[in-house]
Amino acid sequence: MRGKVAITGVGHTTWGKHPGRDRVSLIVEASAKAIADAGLDKDEIDAVLVKQANSAPGILYGQKVAEALGLRPSIGLNIDQGGAACTSLLQYGSLAIDAGMIKNALIVYGDTPRTGSRAALHRPRGDDAVMGWYSVAAGYAMIHQAYRQRYQSQPEEFGNIAVQIRANGAANPNAHLRVPLTMEQYLACEQLVEPLRKDDCCLVSDGAAAIVISATAAARDRSRAVPLLGMGQGQESWEVHLRPDLLHTKAGDSADMAFKMAGVNRNDISFAQLYDCFTVTVLQTLEDYGLAPRGAAGKKALAEGIGLDGWLPLNTSGGLLSESGTPGLQLIIEGVRQMRGEATLQVKNPKLGLISNQGGTMHTHATIIVGQPS
Amino acid sequence: MSFPIPEISDVNRPYWDGLAAGELRYQHCRQCGNKWLPAREHCPECLSAESEWRASSGRATVVSWIVYRHAYAPHLVDRLPYDVTIVQLEEGPRMLTNIVNGDAGRRLSVGAQVELAIETEEGVNLPRFKLTQQYER
Repeated sequence: MRGKVAITGVGHTTWGKHPGRDRVSLIVEASAKAIADAGLDKDEIDAVLVKQANSAPGILYGQKVAEALGLRPSIGLNIDQGGAACTSLLQYGSLAIDAGMIKNALIVYGDTPRTGSRAALHRPRGDDAVMGWYSVAAGYAMIHQAYRQRYQSQPEEFGNIAVQIRANGAANPNAHLRVPLTMEQYLACEQLVEPLRKDDCCLVSDGAAAIVISATAAARDRSRAVPLLGMGQGQESWEVHLRPDLLHTKAGDSADMAFKMAGVNRNDISFAQLYDCFTVTVLQTLEDYGLAPRGAAGKKALAEGIGLDGWLPLNTSGGLLSESGTPGLQLIIEGVRQMRGEATLQVKNPKLGLISNQGGTMHTHATIIVGQPS
Repeated sequence: MSFPIPEISDVNRPYWDGLAAGELRYQHCRQCGNKWLPAREHCPECLSAESEWRASSGRATVVSWIVYRHAYAPHLVDRLPYDVTIVQLEEGPRMLTNIVNGDAGRRLSVGAQVELAIETEEGVNLPRFKLTQQYER
């Protein structure tokens, strides 16, 4: 499997606000760009793999998207796995390509929570809503608190993640939020659900993104086809309060699986695009991945840097905190730009890129490792 | 009124009936001895359907907590600021609750001991907890 499939095309709409736009139209716009980027004709796409829209889950939604694209693909579906879904879809599409079932898969997501409904983000959480248990942010606040208490970590350890990623977003002409953040501003910003500060939380953005994957050997332009070297998944699955340990998730299994497939050492990674829905997610992912000792990711990032010259360049286009709050594909797209040498904040001659997607309250997780085009 | 009245089913009725009667109940598997909340038909450990409801001692410890400074529903406005806290019952199951004398989280710490302090809201008995004397600084 290693290197046999590559990401051959990427595309996205502008990030931010799309008042009055339909989410499927946004997906079509992003898809047209990705298909053109792959050098393919639309009718060469034989799989349409859709992540469910958070704000409007629907029946046969994958088919609705295929219809809008004018396609009747061999494989077409819509899945719910929260924010891990796009990377998981990329993996299932790769397996289907390697098995000879399909040739080119399109993976898409689009939604309009910024100008449309944010109800999914603020929702009452099951029977526990009677206690006042509402919102997506609350679950991450629980993990943030557990982290802070166990490791006696300082607010600056979280703030540094936000400050660096916001700086990266400020340098990205296409980012939704291009306003940099200072540590003073981070420390002073309001708390909606303590201990989370406002700037610990990702954006809510309208927009759509798409990627195309194909057999590496069949790529129209091998010099821009970014090979998929490793992939993995791990599903923590249980509600946050039912987990035996809030600070160990199955993200670790996901990374182990991906590194094993890629056959590379985790210290040889050139950059990482980690799912930064909240700052604690980045610290937790770095530790679950074995890239920093338990409780030390924030301290290591402060001491050794996470910018282009740092220990591990992180979320180089601004991630969910600054480029777009859209769940996941923008991280894969930035990984592709880096490996093609087309990034705005370009890592010098990157050999290996690490990308994570995850969802729920760290309920789901998927990892890929990408390599250099040949 | 936006208060989310719990949906009572055959599976969770003993839990809510227990609270109405002044006790907190959890499920105990007759096959493997596993203990859990929330209510389910099958033991999530051995998948047996042979379980029974038992009354908890009501003693628990704090695992983690958060404090809401924003109300996500109209009925929560008057509660601000309020905590939501994960506790682990002495018998093992974990659950979400509120600590009635926790001073909106300021008195809480990991491992703090709490005990059941049922409160009624909108006619529903809720399993809240209070810090035991030792932790009530």
